[in-house]
Amino acid sequence: MDIEKPIIELRRVTKSFGRQRVLDDLDLRIERGKTTVIIGRSGSGKSVLLKHIVGLLRPDRGEVYFEGRRIDTLNEKTLVPIRRQISFVFQLNALFDSLTVGENVGFPMTENTARQVPKAKIRELGRRCLDIVGLAGFESKIPPELSGGEKKRVALARAIAMDPPPKIILYDEPTTGLDPPRADVINKLIRHLQHEVHVTSVVVTHDMKSALEVGDRILMLYNGRFVADGSPQALLESDSPVVKRFIEGIAEPEELATISRHADFDGRR
Amino acid sequence: MPRSNAIENWVSSFGGGLIAQLENFGRFWMFCAATVSYIAVDLFSVRGWKRLLPQCYFIGTRSVPVIMLTGTFVGMVLLVQGYDQFDNAGLIFQLGGIVNISVVSELGPVLAGVMLAGRVGGALTAELGTMNVTEQLLALRSMGAAPIRYLATPRFLACLLLAPLLTCYANIMGAFGAWLIFAVVKGTDSSIFWSSTQEMVEYWDLWTGLVKAVLFGGAIGMISCYKGFHCKPGAGGVGQACTQAFVASFITILAIDLFLNMIMNGLYERWYGFRSLI
Repeated sequence: MDIEKPIIELRRVTKSFGRQRVLDDLDLRIERGKTTVIIGRSGSGKSVLLKHIVGLLRPDRGEVYFEGRRIDTLNEKTLVPIRRQISFVFQLNALFDSLTVGENVGFPMTENTARQVPKAKIRELGRRCLDIVGLAGFESKIPPELSGGEKKRVALARAIAMDPPPKIILYDEPTTGLDPPRADVINKLIRHLQHEVHVTSVVVTHDMKSALEVGDRILMLYNGRFVADGSPQALLESDSPVVKRFIEGIAEPEELATISRHADFDGRR
Repeated sequence: MPRSNAIENWVSSFGGGLIAQLENFGRFWMFCAATVSYIAVDLFSVRGWKRLLPQCYFIGTRSVPVIMLTGTFVGMVLLVQGYDQFDNAGLIFQLGGIVNISVVSELGPVLAGVMLAGRVGGALTAELGTMNVTEQLLALRSMGAAPIRYLATPRFLACLLLAPLLTCYANIMGAFGAWLIFAVVKGTDSSIFWSSTQEMVEYWDLWTGLVKAVLFGGAIGMISCYKGFHCKPGAGGVGQACTQAFVASFITILAIDLFLNMIMNGLYERWYGFRSLI
């Protein structure tokens, strides 16, 4: 019964910033145990959508549910137990610069005020999680000493270093800014975590390779609405011009027209 | 028609600006209330002290040299400025007292506050602003930790508690600086300096200065944290927040100084009567 219920549900969610409507009457049901990928162009509202799931942003209209419980009306304090079941891997990693890698990874447990987790257990779990992401022995380093890929992997380790493990991990552009081999490592890790920890994942990305590799289901966000929803194979076979252009990485005619106009002004054509 | 449109636009932009300012003002006081609300709990918890002590080290211990230097120069400058005038008027026996009253009740706390606003306020805003634009504040929230409790409360508390202590350093060094010029450079008898200080400087002056310092410290801590928490994105946003934090702290220090002087002078006259220094 419980397995069939969506772990996350968004009902008719609308969100605007100033006059710009970023999410427009959006419905979304996220299945338990699967990896759902949301693709879309930069600035299309993917990260905004992700932040609604963990209550970092509130919808102007509409409702957000976590395991059947409405969460968009909860205050920061009552959201805490919900947030302790969700991990968020931020686009810029958001590692705390003043803490070591070990302290960063142990942070979600150290700050768990609901119950005191013994230090030895925090250290042990932190070590295991760093080992999973291939960074064993990095505990005493500080984030500025790490490369982009290493920081991303520490952020992944921090996301899973929870006791009990998180029910859902939200990834905001996990491969952005990484070279292809490093991006591949991250993709493999996301897959590995899904199989190993049986966690539900929501990945927001504009990296098509990553989307196809990690996703069980892919949705495309365009002008505040979903224009595609299906398996990776279904997406590849889509007839929609918007989806096709995104997959093939082709700019829209209006954008090209703007560039041509500028070229005219410069007298370079 | 265009004229009425222009008026409409002006009224709308004026109203919009006013509402934005009011919102900002309200947000600041909500931020203050949230920051203060965690103090009592954090002072009685080990985690609270673990967060507070590193801030005390950075805000307090690391500021001591520069605050001492400031105090020394303030004392020396006041003495140099006043020496010839007082000597000429035959009032040199009062100079030590006058200079030290100025140092402990006014210039020590104000200049220590300004120095703190520059050294600590700027650094706090830059640190918190960078954490804000790199999503570290969001990360704290997403992990169920309140960023205000975790970051703002210990910084505010450290500023509040340590500003008066740092002012004591500035005061002591101010008196020492003044004495240095009086006795060593000008070659006047030290005992005149110290006896006039003992006669003229009252506990009231000392406490006035320390009360000011507490308020200056609190204002610096609160404004700097608020600006860091609400800075605009990008390196430009952080830079702008630092400038705004310093300017706002400086103006607040001067405003608090003025109002506190009026209050303290009024209270002194009411309780002890008029005090003549000349």
